[in-house]
Amino acid sequence: MSVLVYIESSEGKIKKSSREAVSYGATLGGDVVAICLENIDDAELASVGKNGATKVMGSTENLDTAEAASSALAQAVNSTGADTVVFANSSSSGAIGARLAIKIDASMVSNVVSLPETGSGYSVRKSIFTGNAFVTVELKKSNKILSVNKNTVDLKEDGGDASVEQFSPSISEDDKRVKVTNIDKATGKVLLPEAEIVVSGGRGLKGPENWGMVEDLAEALGAATGCSKPVSDLDWRPHSEHVGQTGIKVSPSLYIAIGISGAIQHLAGVNSSKNIVVINTDEEAPFFKAADYGIVGDAFEVVPKLTEAIKASQ
Amino acid sequence: MKILVCITHVPDTTSKISFTDNDTKFDKTGVQYIIGPYEDYAIARAMELKEANGADVTVLNVGMAETEPTIRKALAIGADDAIRVNAEPVDSLFVANQIAAVAKENQYDLILMGRESIDFNGGQVHAMVGELLNIPSLSPVMQLDIDGSTAKMAKEIEGGKEYVEVDMPFVAGCQEPIAEWRIPNMRGIMTARSKPLNVIEAVGDEVSTEVKKFELPPAKGAVKIVDNVDELVSLLKNEAKVL
Repeated sequence: MSVLVYIESSEGKIKKSSREAVSYGATLGGDVVAICLENIDDAELASVGKNGATKVMGSTENLDTAEAASSALAQAVNSTGADTVVFANSSSSGAIGARLAIKIDASMVSNVVSLPETGSGYSVRKSIFTGNAFVTVELKKSNKILSVNKNTVDLKEDGGDASVEQFSPSISEDDKRVKVTNIDKATGKVLLPEAEIVVSGGRGLKGPENWGMVEDLAEALGAATGCSKPVSDLDWRPHSEHVGQTGIKVSPSLYIAIGISGAIQHLAGVNSSKNIVVINTDEEAPFFKAADYGIVGDAFEVVPKLTEAIKASQ
Repeated sequence: MKILVCITHVPDTTSKISFTDNDTKFDKTGVQYIIGPYEDYAIARAMELKEANGADVTVLNVGMAETEPTIRKALAIGADDAIRVNAEPVDSLFVANQIAAVAKENQYDLILMGRESIDFNGGQVHAMVGELLNIPSLSPVMQLDIDGSTAKMAKEIEGGKEYVEVDMPFVAGCQEPIAEWRIPNMRGIMTARSKPLNVIEAVGDEVSTEVKKFELPPAKGAVKIVDNVDELVSLLKNEAKVL
């Protein structure tokens, strides 16, 4: 048996969620081959060896559409003889994985939160109802694709370097029908879905001009910034920061909510966080019921003090 | 232009989630069903395109007769006709095969759906339909404009947006802020009653996954309310061990 793990990068560095996916692959047993369809340097590629890959295939071309990426992966499945493909759940994993599932006749499960159980049949647990429930699903086909959520396994960091192999898949004209014309991406920032700590603000902050204190707290913590849906609807903050049911789902080890009342749609995006801190003037705010720690108080007083206390403790 | 909008029939986002039959089935008792919020965006964008350029908009749902009120709501928003594939939407592959079969017969220019259903959150159907039809698929799409036979779109990526261009036909999994949600008006609700809703039988029975058992997350412990930031920092450091 062999496992192929699709890894993604951001600003030339392999994402932590991809390293976790490699660690997940390594616990399945058998050869683990990682594959990256973005052009990043060989030393960075080789470093996924410490997460459990024996070999890593790197593309010199950026294959950034679902069509090209899934074609390339199908070729890699063929050449490695892999029967299991692991993805880190991301904004593109569903689109690439599901096309691949048709190409290689695989069963695919997204939002996986457990290792497979193979006692009777092959099944995994996945998160459903946007984190409000779980289901155990059996994968019926002999080829399997698993798109794995953050924090499903511990990051393995004890391996050596992986061997790097250049991968040059053939991409047909049909797979080039989607043209990427521009990418507009914040650089040098912690990516929200990848972040270990997230600081989010809501309408309680009264206006976009008051976001400085959210950013100061985030900076002190090395955190990403998020916001509630009303805030992105009002254009106080970009949609890429909207955390919730119809926005980004996060699962950091610490989520700090400032001036967010905790509508059920917002909670759906944060309920897999390990620890939740709520700061709100209204002690009746529903978010306190979902929180681990709370401060009832005015954000404009509490947040700057919290930033100072965190800086002092470091 | 012919647009197909595929919708899900899902529990309202505020529903209490519980299970029955020894945790093998979702408990539908007292649950209000809605068009999935992502598909509400897809329908709204289809309506805007119809008003701007003219289009025939067909709504499709894979589901049993219980989903018809949800389909009628889409007709009330302004879709011209509807198709219900008379089967339980057992998994992504099954649903994708149904949509692809309908699309093969009708040659749509544009197939819109949500980025994912809000019950199973698979996020796979748009890509599977694209692959089955050998046409491009894009998701999550947050902006979509048609210029002649070409579409210009913005897709959400981690930390930003990716802008793409593609010729029709293609499949798009939609999300906000692609359009403003629409609420059916009285005239829409009246005319929806007489719009065609064609029921067809499913093709094939290929499934790829099978539900074994549902479970709810463990109950959350009580919140610790603290008086000052120093106490909070100390708890985050020593108890939660996250700082």
